[in-house]
Amino acid sequence: MEGIEKIKEVAALAVPGAQIEIVNSTPAAQQPALLVNREHVHAVAKFFKEDPRFQMDFCSCVTGVDYLPKADKPGFIEVVYHLYSVAQRQGPIVLKVRAPRELDSCRVPSLTPLWRGCEFQEREAYDLYGVKFDGHPDLRRILMWDEFTDHPMRKDYAPPADYEWEPTPHDDTLQRSAQAGGIVPPTAIQELEKARKK
Amino acid sequence: MALDEGLKSELQKQGIFVLPFEQIYNWGRKSSIWPLQFGLACCAIEMIASAASRYDLARFGAEVFRATPRQADLMIVAGTVTKKMAPQVVRLYNQMPEPKYCIAMGACAISGGPFKDGYNVLKGIDRYIPVDVHIPGCPPRPEALIHAIMTLQRKIANQHLDKENRPRWYNQQSETEFPIPSYGEHDLLPPVNPKVWHPPRNYRDVTLDEVRKT
Repeated sequence: MEGIEKIKEVAALAVPGAQIEIVNSTPAAQQPALLVNREHVHAVAKFFKEDPRFQMDFCSCVTGVDYLPKADKPGFIEVVYHLYSVAQRQGPIVLKVRAPRELDSCRVPSLTPLWRGCEFQEREAYDLYGVKFDGHPDLRRILMWDEFTDHPMRKDYAPPADYEWEPTPHDDTLQRSAQAGGIVPPTAIQELEKARKK
Repeated sequence: MALDEGLKSELQKQGIFVLPFEQIYNWGRKSSIWPLQFGLACCAIEMIASAASRYDLARFGAEVFRATPRQADLMIVAGTVTKKMAPQVVRLYNQMPEPKYCIAMGACAISGGPFKDGYNVLKGIDRYIPVDVHIPGCPPRPEALIHAIMTLQRKIANQHLDKENRPRWYNQQSETEFPIPSYGEHDLLPPVNPKVWHPPRNYRDVTLDEVRKT
């Protein structure tokens, strides 16, 4: 398989209008990724699947990543797909697609119609990150219960305040227990006092 | 015990054993514990090892693992109890016939263990059902589980049929059903059964507010 530059070129040629960008994680990974705009990600993925040069017949991994807003730029949720070709023993091609963090507009097209194996992993990304996959055949929560309304892997998720009794609290847990009026052993309190003095 | 010790010993030599009914009744109960065949995580592997030939739980009469709560009288909560699983664990416990007992096996089952801060993990099954024996360890070795069974056997042997510490079954007033928590929007509802669990208060424990006031 050619270098990432070439792959980008070929894909951009095959899917007119697609905005493809090469993104590298920091520090630079061995596998740079292709960031594709939401409207064209399905077409680009389809191209990688069907083109005889790539034959990406296996989507091994769907991941959600939460980026909080920074001072100068808004936050976003990124969905990462790792594509491999079993037929040609090559890969991965890493596809990334971004959506806003707001729950209503946090939508990306589902790739389950292309790779059936994405089904459960997209459900997991929906469950934990709140990404809605348009075109997913059965988008329900998969790990948490159906009545649950939060998306716990988001960085701004606040867990329920059940810190009434902390036998071995430390760091964050100790602070949270303090806020919840929790009971902790006196040794832990000494630690807290020490930390406060610093 | 009103029976003369000398007489008792004489009778024993003739093959006649004189005991209070309670004692022989409890001896029967403690020597034939039927655990529920029910594992939640890695602790279950140690539980299986305890039941297999090397550690041989059969020596303690507790080898008959039943695959239905209706035929079991001991629940070994072996592993992490997730919040999604907790209602099912309580339901299984409710379905067991009295007198029934519960062993919380391993760090997760007694307190949430290493996953305690997770959004999906219950901080100990004793928040919903009464636990008779807690075993620490991650996971506890089979010897630890066997020790817990022996501890439970001692507990059973010391239970009276008509006094203060009689099993729930013989106490008309006590509750035998424990409310099953429901799935809420953020957490289980209620997050804890206050009749069964409350934060431990003893001379060593102080709330942080109390410390601030002093």
